[in-house]
Amino acid sequence: MTESTSMTSSPRPETAAPPAVRVAELTKEFPGGVQALGGISFDVPGGELTSIIGPSGCGKTTTLKIIAGLIDATSGRVEVDGAPVTGPGPDRAFVFQDFALMPWATVLRNAAFGLELRGMRKAEREQVAREYVAKVGLAGFEDAYPHQLSGGMRQRVGLARALAVDADILLMDEPFASVDEQIRRKFQEDLLRLLSEEKKTVIFVTHSIEEAVYVSDQVVILTRGPSRVSNVVRPGVDHSGGSDAIRRSPEYLDWVERIWAELRDYLEE
Amino acid sequence: MTIATQEAAPVRSQEATPVRSFAAHPWVLRTASILFVLALWEWAGRVPVSIAFPTCTDTLAAFWSMLTDGTFAAAYAETAGPLITGVFLASVGGVLAGLVMGLSTRAEWFGLPVFIVLQASPSAAIIPLITFVYGIGFAAKVFAVVLLSAPVIVLNSYRGISNTPRSLVEMSHAFLASRGQRIWKIVIPAGSGLIFAGLRLGLAQGFTGAILAELLITPTGVGDLITFYRSVADYPRMFATILSIIIVASVTITLLQRAELRLLRPEMRPQ
Repeated sequence: MTESTSMTSSPRPETAAPPAVRVAELTKEFPGGVQALGGISFDVPGGELTSIIGPSGCGKTTTLKIIAGLIDATSGRVEVDGAPVTGPGPDRAFVFQDFALMPWATVLRNAAFGLELRGMRKAEREQVAREYVAKVGLAGFEDAYPHQLSGGMRQRVGLARALAVDADILLMDEPFASVDEQIRRKFQEDLLRLLSEEKKTVIFVTHSIEEAVYVSDQVVILTRGPSRVSNVVRPGVDHSGGSDAIRRSPEYLDWVERIWAELRDYLEE
Repeated sequence: MTIATQEAAPVRSQEATPVRSFAAHPWVLRTASILFVLALWEWAGRVPVSIAFPTCTDTLAAFWSMLTDGTFAAAYAETAGPLITGVFLASVGGVLAGLVMGLSTRAEWFGLPVFIVLQASPSAAIIPLITFVYGIGFAAKVFAVVLLSAPVIVLNSYRGISNTPRSLVEMSHAFLASRGQRIWKIVIPAGSGLIFAGLRLGLAQGFTGAILAELLITPTGVGDLITFYRSVADYPRMFATILSIIIVASVTITLLQRAELRLLRPEMRPQ
């Protein structure tokens, strides 16, 4: 993974290093004959953030859940570090669109839940969880219950829970979909800062083109019914100038426009 | 409309401020509600609506004397046996049955119709039949309690378990929960609201079952008090017994509700 991290700066990595996740010819047919995925293939380089974007109902979330091992594919395969995925594993952690927090548990217990399930001792797991709760910006809310938090804060708990289990790969299913626009921007910046410290491979499902361009090293564009990969692009927007500068930069706006143009073609069909 | 309320509001609020703030306290209206019912009772007893309907004051006096002379204590000690045994059996068995039916589709198909039929059946009419099978002893009374309390416990537990939020189940898969962990840490706490609602209703039904058994099978305990005082036309004491059942059942159910909040749903506790 360290090998591939060094390639983040180069615009197009050579395929020498094996990808952290390889998705090959994935198809999914739901009961009743609905063809959700029609043969999806793409590689996810280690240590990078890859977004999956596409119109609603294009199978973004289904793809992500197959990678997570939560859903079985009808055919095709997913490999994580060269090993085929047969179910959920300790190498992948999931951040849910609807947060999936236990309403009866405090922020701290929710954040520590992945470790609790692994049988880690209470004092130990709470120490780890406390650290990540602080990292996602919720220090002081350890004993609060989810219903006392805003949507954005709840998703921070979901992120802390996923980070606490220390998986190499973070799978995020539209994590900001239920979060206010203003809070979403702050959250995106926090996420990027956190990921630069944690060195994770991230697969990020979103329906927002701006979000995909802003946060991603690589964007996988899916088309609809049955869904296929339309294109894989690497915006690689320079993050050194601060978020406001990026959102005004011609490079950023150009990428947003290019992806929009690509998606629009399919929407008009 | 808006104009009218704007004009009216200041006048009314100025006049009614002391009364309103007094009435705003929940205990004031709760006490008023109880006093209202007791006053209505006293009036109905004094009319009288029936010679078998005692006044409130007579009943309360009878209640006090039965409480102090140990009549209640002796009767409840006798009724408690079948009641506690029956409710315990119905709770453990009922929650387990609901759990199995909520987790397994086959168990659901097999078991659910039985309990739906049982819940809809007129159990009080079945109780006399129990004596043919279990005689008139302890077992028959326990059976009566179970018969009345089990269906509601099973059906509520089943609903609580089968309605576990899908996203929480998926989350537990993603974070590698074993089947046991999933049931114990997700499914049961998520269903605890409905399970405990079922236990509360089951307990109330259990009281009904225990008293019915004592009225219909053999007169013992609290049921015997009702039968006896009715036969000697001591209506204040008979009604005092009924009043005592209401009080004991309400207090027990409230305690169960408190226990649930304390044990399983700390986030619902008033802060």
